[in-house]
Amino acid sequence: MADNIIRIRNLHKSFGHVHALRGIDLDVAQGEVVVIVGPSGSGKSTLLRCINHLEKPTSGEIIVDGIAVTDRNANINALRAEVGMVFQSFNLFPHMTALENIVLAQRVVRRRSRQEAERIAHALLEKVGIPEKADAYPGQLSGGQQQRVAIARALAMQPKIMLFDEPTSALDPEMIKEVLDVMLDLAREGMTMIVVSHEMGFARNAADRIVFMDEGHIIEEAPPAQLFSNPRHDRTKVFLSKILH
Amino acid sequence: MGPNAGELKGRAGETLGARPWVGRRLWTGFDASQFPWWVAIVVVVGVYVAISVLTSPQYRDVIRFIVPGLRVTLQATFAAYGLALIIGLIAGLMRVSRNPVLYAVSTLYVEIIRGIPMLVILLYAGFVISPRLRDATGGTVKLTDIQEAILGLAIGYGAYLAEVYRAGIESIHRGQMEAARSLGMTYMQAMRYVVLPQAIRVILPPLGNDFIAMLKDSSLVAVLAIPDLLQMGRLYISRTFRAFEGYNSVALLYLVMTLFLSLLVRWIEKRWSIHGR
Repeated sequence: MADNIIRIRNLHKSFGHVHALRGIDLDVAQGEVVVIVGPSGSGKSTLLRCINHLEKPTSGEIIVDGIAVTDRNANINALRAEVGMVFQSFNLFPHMTALENIVLAQRVVRRRSRQEAERIAHALLEKVGIPEKADAYPGQLSGGQQQRVAIARALAMQPKIMLFDEPTSALDPEMIKEVLDVMLDLAREGMTMIVVSHEMGFARNAADRIVFMDEGHIIEEAPPAQLFSNPRHDRTKVFLSKILH
Repeated sequence: MGPNAGELKGRAGETLGARPWVGRRLWTGFDASQFPWWVAIVVVVGVYVAISVLTSPQYRDVIRFIVPGLRVTLQATFAAYGLALIIGLIAGLMRVSRNPVLYAVSTLYVEIIRGIPMLVILLYAGFVISPRLRDATGGTVKLTDIQEAILGLAIGYGAYLAEVYRAGIESIHRGQMEAARSLGMTYMQAMRYVVLPQAIRVILPPLGNDFIAMLKDSSLVAVLAIPDLLQMGRLYISRTFRAFEGYNSVALLYLVMTLFLSLLVRWIEKRWSIHGR
């Protein structure tokens, strides 16, 4: 399909003797929300990190928005500006306020004026529901607030794709919803999203497709209703029985 | 279900009675364990020494003679440290680089320099590098004695500072670099805006310590016949044979400077740790 914004073919990734990804094929359409699930060590995060080249694939092909990530001459920095990433551990810059966190890359990468970058940053803090925290340092924010700032920081680059690497795994239970709500809003607005998460409620409500991975392979992919009610593979059934109570 | 505040207060005197100096407030706002007693002792001894030195005609004579050397010492130390900060930063960045050539070159520099005594490096700077540089450039680059000394100190301390920078950079969590890169920043932009500002806070104490160490090592430049504090002291002694007063005065002046600097480092450290979150 021509409108696939991400196209992955026969992707392999090894860390020394560990073969983390063993031949992944995956297409993601513009505006699609894909949730990746699977047991720990199945290669979910590695796949996500290969898409914006935080990990260098061992072999295979990844094309993101027409740029071949796996091409030696590809402008990876230009690509990364179009692909937002949200980390499990937030990774906010602790020496900067929430506002400065959101402003920095706009200034340095997008070359926006301070005034414009700050206007965008304030608007995004409003969008993620914490406009009053602009001048707070990450250390003064709760986990949920930090993750929302991190989402705003990624959105400030106006990316075409957002990658979420277990965005709620490091959060206390009462803070998970505030982050998921922001992600749900994004999904409704038509953002292309790939989410590694075990939040099945989110997957049910927002995902167009669920991808189940195990031992570096994609075992099965299907819309949530179908995968949850009628998994085809035994390994999917076993996994789902463990996380769906 | 602990005791209430009143009981705690009442008991504090008893329980702490065994070690009355630990955490006990002598009067409002004063915590005996927090007070820098060593500073007080230094001040008392310092005042005593200052009075005895200033009232003694011999010491006044020495001090007057060697004080010009103080300027040379400070000038060499500040210039060499500034240069070493730059050399160290470049070499430190090369040490954490994934480029094998940059890594090898910087590692070679650090290992070689750290294995050679500072005195030998200074002699090299003065009697090998400087003349060779002059010959190679046909006499256009001619280093003065003090420039040779500054060069030697900077090359020597650059290696130590490179390791300080490297440790500081490596102490910053990998996720910081990844987050910056994921936003589209280049490696150097991520270093400049995200990693280094955090690393500086971590390495401030060791940087301060190395500055103090360099101030002391700057006394070695006397071998290049530079009229620094030590050289002036030796000159005085060779003229008057008053080694006791001479070296006392030299040591005292070094001590005053290093103590002052170590207080300064503590103060900066405290300030930064409050603002740096």
